[in-house]
Amino acid sequence: MIRNGVGRELPESIPGVACLRPYSGNATGDSDVGRTAARREPKVLASLEEAFRRSEVEDGMTISFHHHLRDGDLVVNMALDVLANMGLRDLVLAPSALFPVHKEVLRHVRSGVVRAIQGSVNGPVGKAASEGLFDLPVILRSHGGRVRAMQTGELRVDIAVIAAPTADSMGNIGGVSGPSACGSLGYAFSDAQYARRVIAVTDTLIEYPATAFSIPQTLVDWVVPVERIGDPGRIVSGTLRVTRDPLRLIIAEQAARVIEQSGVFVDGFSMQAGAGGISLAASTFIRERMRRAGIQGGFISGGITEQSVEMLEEGLFHTLLDVQSFDTAAVASLARNRSHMEMSASFYANTAAKGCVVERLDTAILGATQVDTNFNVNVNTESDGMLLHGTGGHMDTAAGAKLTVIVTPLLRGRMPMIVDRAITVTTPGDTVDAVVTERGVAVNPRRKDLLENLNGKGIPLVDIHDLKRLAEEMTGVPRDPLFGEKIVGVVEYRDGSVIDVIYQRL
Amino acid sequence: MLINADVYGADSVIFDLEDAIPVTEKDAARILVRNALRAFSYREAEIAVRVNALSTPFGREDFEEIVPLAPSLIRLPKCETADDILRADELMREIEIRSGLEPGSVGIIPIVESAFGASNLRAIAEASPRVAALNFGAEDYTADLGAERTKEGRELDDVRARVVTAARIAGVQALDSVFADINDVEGLFEEALRVRRLGFDGKSVIHPRQVGVVHSAFTPSEREIDHAERVVRALEEAEAARSGVAVLNGRMIDAPVAAKARKILALSDAAGARREGGERR
Amino acid sequence: MSTVCGQAGTLESCDALVMVLLDTGTLGVSVALDGPSVSAFEEAMRNAVAETLSALKIVDASVTVSERGALDCTLRARVETAARRALAAREGIGERR
Repeated sequence: MIRNGVGRELPESIPGVACLRPYSGNATGDSDVGRTAARREPKVLASLEEAFRRSEVEDGMTISFHHHLRDGDLVVNMALDVLANMGLRDLVLAPSALFPVHKEVLRHVRSGVVRAIQGSVNGPVGKAASEGLFDLPVILRSHGGRVRAMQTGELRVDIAVIAAPTADSMGNIGGVSGPSACGSLGYAFSDAQYARRVIAVTDTLIEYPATAFSIPQTLVDWVVPVERIGDPGRIVSGTLRVTRDPLRLIIAEQAARVIEQSGVFVDGFSMQAGAGGISLAASTFIRERMRRAGIQGGFISGGITEQSVEMLEEGLFHTLLDVQSFDTAAVASLARNRSHMEMSASFYANTAAKGCVVERLDTAILGATQVDTNFNVNVNTESDGMLLHGTGGHMDTAAGAKLTVIVTPLLRGRMPMIVDRAITVTTPGDTVDAVVTERGVAVNPRRKDLLENLNGKGIPLVDIHDLKRLAEEMTGVPRDPLFGEKIVGVVEYRDGSVIDVIYQRL
Repeated sequence: MLINADVYGADSVIFDLEDAIPVTEKDAARILVRNALRAFSYREAEIAVRVNALSTPFGREDFEEIVPLAPSLIRLPKCETADDILRADELMREIEIRSGLEPGSVGIIPIVESAFGASNLRAIAEASPRVAALNFGAEDYTADLGAERTKEGRELDDVRARVVTAARIAGVQALDSVFADINDVEGLFEEALRVRRLGFDGKSVIHPRQVGVVHSAFTPSEREIDHAERVVRALEEAEAARSGVAVLNGRMIDAPVAAKARKILALSDAAGARREGGERR
Repeated sequence: MSTVCGQAGTLESCDALVMVLLDTGTLGVSVALDGPSVSAFEEAMRNAVAETLSALKIVDASVTVSERGALDCTLRARVETAARRALAAREGIGERR
């Protein structure tokens, strides 16, 4: 028998029950200044460096970042500069996406601070990867695939650095207020869930407790206040402009017609459209058609824009499921509309979650850098073979949606967009249903039902091979880019399997 | 891009070498258009080229370079007399023969842009079998008159009526001038509707977004189509019954009524507004 | 003879800016190409320049092409226009003498 901290006698163990650990008392402070309850050390630290130290950062660790601040982000560069100054090397960068502002990453790659990137690249970083700068290939994952990999442990994030538009002293992180407000923190939430250590970097420390937050304090280790986390003008745009290019408008309207006649265009209809010019315009045309037909839609998911908000407030859709807020109207709506809900990357697209939103989608309108005659879609490399884009939610949305519509002009400059063989397959053809160009609509032959629905409705249906031939007639036959032996990118499918590899562009 | 000219749904596309092109670029424009005509087959629309008038330093070369490529039509600006047409006709014939084209195969659309030209509409329209349609240029015309352009366009009522009249006498189409404000959709629609009612067969536009609007204005309404179908049916019934006179709603259907009904149906067919079994969009 | 130059086109999307220099002193046709479509269409572009100059009976010239996605017919048009302008400039100089 032993005596515990309040003088009670306890047996050391009881048969059938585990060993008993006796109560030993609370750690308390001095009694003459009042009792201090047992609590953690303060989370608010003076510097990012201190936060990294307390997180026991070491060479070779994996550091993750979210991309909700888009091209206005200052935190990735800030964090890498701090890590470089601390003398760290061979780090693995795991961003959910990168933007042109992150070209500073290359400096750290060349100096050995960053060894590899997992998740996504863009612009200058992608170009450098294509040219063979990295020792290890970039592992490209979709939004859903990235979370899946974190969940299974294939991607072990040691430290998640979370740019936090607002944070309180316990690390409750919000996205809808502060000078660097970005709206949804959907990707950041998943990082916070799975990383071993989580550092919130904020320019707006608010009083505890925050009344509205996206990421709870229970997941956050440290809070570092800084001067600025982002450049507001480049985080969200005032408004995203619908394309005014007449050619792209033709394509957008055609896409809307296809959706209208496809059979999914009924009450409860849900959709996701990219924020790119043609997709945004297609949403406008769909909106008109919904009004005309008196259709009451279900949800809009994905990246939320002013237009999505207007459709919600107009009553055309019930709900917005927001994984990324693209403009100030979207941010404001998230803060005030009950039916505008934030969703995490996992909720959105993770195959390993207990059901994700893309599985419930009726239609997705997506772009491409190339489409081939097997309906495979490339979004990672350009026609010249340069790795220039992360995967985003493309393959996730295409897999889930009942009707996946790819919108693209037939040519971009002198390059055909419809080819025999895509340089890189990002999204497999068996998840793609229709390709809409200004010269006609090609329907995947597997979708006989869709072909039947679209027949005789005044939609110019063409064979995808004819589109490819027409493109080549206009441009001439392009020479394929020259690739070397070195693999510079691995394109993972959403389930972790490898759908393609990208070679070094010579 | 020239290659996309026929993608916007227009029935005819005009490549302009005249007023849209600064003097220093006339040579460049001519060669670009010539090359485009050589390279692209433009299946979706008929191609017209507005050349510079023969009285300018550029006109003749425009004809020499463009006619051999056999566009459907040459749009001839600043036409004032039948002679303007005849000179163009002659030059085109020479070029067609030299190029191995069938003489007379390239049409002409004269554009009348002055008071003097407006006084010769009939002669211009009848000047040559090449003339396929009569067009007038509102901006230059009103400037020549010293008139002011207004939105309602009353200042053009007279010339519009005379263009239609001259076109009908000559058996050619009447085509109306452009509506410059590309942001004013309603204004365009109203003007297009008005000129259709005056008897015009079509209207020029200057931006792809105007195409659909003009098509709408020139597409008869469901009511009009309905009525026209009933008229035609009554005529067919009368013919089948060998009765001399067709009657609809107690009224006799005479020749002009029948003609109007057939025109409505032709327009609606062209617009694709009619379906088998009367099912309509 | 002094070098004459003819220029045509622009750097706008789907166009090409072409300069043709005549009477540079070097023999034959030399062509410098730059632009996003060159790696995919270099051979076709060189043919386009060669054929266009040949049709104008130009044997010695220095040509620079800065393209921004111009299709073949546009490139040929720009080369032809630039070449004709150079020829006209040369004639102009000849007249003045």
